[in-house]
Amino acid sequence: MSIPRELRYSEDHEWVKVDGEKCFIGITDHAQHALGDIVFVELPEIGDDITAGEPFGSVESTKAVSELYAPISGKVVEINEELMDNPNFVNESPYEKAWMIVVEADDLSEVDGLMDADQYATMISEE
Amino acid sequence: MTELLRTPLFDVYKEHGGKTIDFGGWELPVQFSSIKEEHEAVRTKAGLFDVSHMGEFTLKGKGAEAFLQSILTNDVSKLKVGKAQYNIMCYPNGGSVDDLIIYKQGEDDFFICVNASNIEKDFAWMREHKPANLKLVNISDSIGQVALQGPLAVNTLQKITDVNLAEVSFFGFTNGKVAEVPSVIARTGYTGEDGFEIYAPADEIVKVWNAILEAGAEFGVLPCGLGARDTLRFEACLPLYGQELSADISPVEAGMGFAVKTDVEADFIGKAVLKEYKENGAPRKVVGVEMIDRGIPRHGYPVYINDELIGEVTTGTQVPTSKRNIGLALLKAEHTAVGTQVEIEIRGKRLKAEVVATPFYKREKK
Repeated sequence: MSIPRELRYSEDHEWVKVDGEKCFIGITDHAQHALGDIVFVELPEIGDDITAGEPFGSVESTKAVSELYAPISGKVVEINEELMDNPNFVNESPYEKAWMIVVEADDLSEVDGLMDADQYATMISEE
Repeated sequence: MTELLRTPLFDVYKEHGGKTIDFGGWELPVQFSSIKEEHEAVRTKAGLFDVSHMGEFTLKGKGAEAFLQSILTNDVSKLKVGKAQYNIMCYPNGGSVDDLIIYKQGEDDFFICVNASNIEKDFAWMREHKPANLKLVNISDSIGQVALQGPLAVNTLQKITDVNLAEVSFFGFTNGKVAEVPSVIARTGYTGEDGFEIYAPADEIVKVWNAILEAGAEFGVLPCGLGARDTLRFEACLPLYGQELSADISPVEAGMGFAVKTDVEADFIGKAVLKEYKENGAPRKVVGVEMIDRGIPRHGYPVYINDELIGEVTTGTQVPTSKRNIGLALLKAEHTAVGTQVEIEIRGKRLKAEVVATPFYKREKK
């Protein structure tokens, strides 16, 4: 199970990568394994506000719909349009090709409140 | 939380990477490799399912056939020894107690397979209505069941059975040995493919499972979970109790009218309502729907025309092979013509869809 060291993680299995002012958000390798083959991704629109802990979109496997929960609050400035036609990227490349949205954080320090790789690894090992 | 029930095959799931979920109180594998791979294996080669959670009853005694005819919708008198028949058991208002398969083992000697979630309800219903002389026994705990489904099921099973499978016709069954285990081998299934359902003693079903996978390795037979079982049966438009059929949904509304024979002499439970539905049309009907807008229909999503609520989705998914975003929906009968434009509400948004022809998949006859 891949858990890159440079990312931050939420309890809802989203990751955040900070790149200057931008925060890339996606779901973890552990999450995609648990969900199975992703066949559909629904994302917010550019300009939407998202709120930490609230749903901002959903992913669907053959079997079920799962909500995506915002790890931080902010404004959506980019969405990964490629996932519309290639939802399989979520399974194949959860941390690279399957970034979902880019957010301008309301408060970047919120990211520091998320788990680091070790903490996330501990959490999923206890599930 | 109550402890989940397990089938005698529980310990072998892990060997094949099975991922389990709570399925109506049973801890069953939703998938082994992936739903898509398993779905495709069954359509092109074959797949093996653990369906030991299903319930089995035996019914014996003089008048057993007449009793079954009094509580079931199909024409039981047409059933010959060695043949199985699909049936629905109904309430007086036409709603469904369960759908089930009866196997005629001899005159007034039947084996009955019912849905896992309905075992106790069905048993109580039958016991309440049956004449005292008939012996009805719930043998669910002592029977294991696997389903081997797909075009290469026959090639696989023939390697390990003493039965000549060419002599077992669709909906026929026979007693025989599979991997030396005494079994009932039925040419039935729930996937829309050719295949077999094999009943064997619970304590020997692991041997049957392992022998089938070993025999099927050269044909690409895969262990399959309930996820693929659901997409396969859905694509073939076979109803699932609790979705297309329920206490509130009659078999005629579910599109199972072929198994409702209202011209039989017996006044079976629900007959008056079902006869009315067959002759003059039911108020609602299960039909196929396909998304026009981006989205996947799911069980329970409401369906509208303009602002009128006309029904709801009973099952929906993106089908693994065709990638179509389709569903079955129980709609008011006046809105069920193929081509009717409807809207399905998905997470608060009304998205365009249309009524389409069913079944979504039909096996090519050789």
